[in-house]
Amino acid sequence: MAEKQNLADWYDEKYGKMHNPPLFEQLGGSGAVDAAVDIFYRKVLNDKRINHFFEGVDMDKQAAKQKAFLTMAFGGPHNYTGLDMRKGHAHLVTQGLNDSHFDAVMENLAGTLKELGVADNLIGQVAAIAESTRDDVLGR
Amino acid sequence: MTTIRYGNKSLELAENQSVLDCLNGHGIPIPYACRTGVCQNCLMRATDGTPPAASQIGLKDSLRLSSHFLACACRPTENLDVALPDDALPSTHALVSGLELLNHDIMRVDLEALSPFEYRAGQFINLVRDSSHVRSYSLASVPRLDKHIHLHVRRLPKGRVSGWIHEELSIGQRVEIRGPSGDCIYLPGKPEQALLLIGTGSGLAPLYGILRDALDQGHQGPVRLFHGSRDFHGLYLMDELRKMERRFPNFSYFPCVSASHVPAGFVAGRVHEAALRETHELKGWRVFLCGHPEMVKQTRKSAYLAGAALRDIHADAFNVSHA
Repeated sequence: MAEKQNLADWYDEKYGKMHNPPLFEQLGGSGAVDAAVDIFYRKVLNDKRINHFFEGVDMDKQAAKQKAFLTMAFGGPHNYTGLDMRKGHAHLVTQGLNDSHFDAVMENLAGTLKELGVADNLIGQVAAIAESTRDDVLGR
Repeated sequence: MTTIRYGNKSLELAENQSVLDCLNGHGIPIPYACRTGVCQNCLMRATDGTPPAASQIGLKDSLRLSSHFLACACRPTENLDVALPDDALPSTHALVSGLELLNHDIMRVDLEALSPFEYRAGQFINLVRDSSHVRSYSLASVPRLDKHIHLHVRRLPKGRVSGWIHEELSIGQRVEIRGPSGDCIYLPGKPEQALLLIGTGSGLAPLYGILRDALDQGHQGPVRLFHGSRDFHGLYLMDELRKMERRFPNFSYFPCVSASHVPAGFVAGRVHEAALRETHELKGWRVFLCGHPEMVKQTRKSAYLAGAALRDIHADAFNVSHA
């Protein structure tokens, strides 16, 4: 056991400590976000459960917001706060935005990542970050 | 010390300060949201100098090429003149060198710039009648192929500028233009990609430029142009486009008429519906949309839902109050 430990230390010393790169890099960084936005937003606009919330919005602006959201969910750099999430969705909450809609978005997010061939354990990590915004998005 | 210039103000950048923080810090309101180079709310344009590569990450190629950058991610080490995307277009004088009616209400205006004027087919300029009457017109000419600048100006009812152009402008007259601007342009580099161009009315102007630019640069993939109007009198350049169809086997032209009387050789129906009927799977296509704002908005969405990637959809919705 002690010998093994020493071997591990020796490797660490020689090759640097092995560690998993951050989630954002494992997913492929901002290039991966771009690919994901394209698929994710198309799924959302095709999803009858939620697409009425997106009627008449400016597509370019909306895609930029989706990109900011996915960058955050991918563990990438972002400045979004819970307050931004609340403010940004308040008008939708008054239109009836609820858990079922949030679930639909989560489903589209997981579907997007599956389509991109992302490993299940990474999908789980992305989903957990996205899930952490639920109460703010729904204004609770 | 790096200096940035915005309008008539010269501002010193603090060490490692972003252009966004510098401008906002001096009370110049530049829109922003994420401050991490993602949301693209703080999009600006360099009017002189080269924006650092890091400030152009994630931008469409057409924006990158036209010196746009994200102010929050822009920490230049060389002096930079900056403007909001629609502001501060450089002014040039030009002589009217040709006026020709293309149909009953669209006039081709040829302009000879009096100083070097660099542009790309599909961009637009602002034509100045006087300080309170300025209108945007798309460029139908291709710098490599045409000696002068070409505009297609539709006469609008009570149009203060379009009426002036149709009735008063004369050959040899000197006018002021501002620009160019806009990123609805053809970028070489993917010659095999399929191109779909959809326009209504004088929205043909930028498409005509983009089309000739692409074919002249040897674009190999299929190129489809759908030009629509209510009745066939509203269409124009039909002979030229049919000639191009014969010359370039990869190019097809679909003149569309939405009124009930559809003469032989024309496609029945609204232009965007006809286009998506003909081409319902757009995965991998590059799409250009110009003309009626509502058509552009709807088609942008349907093209995306039909599989076109967001960054491959280019649009130049001319605002009716601007035309």
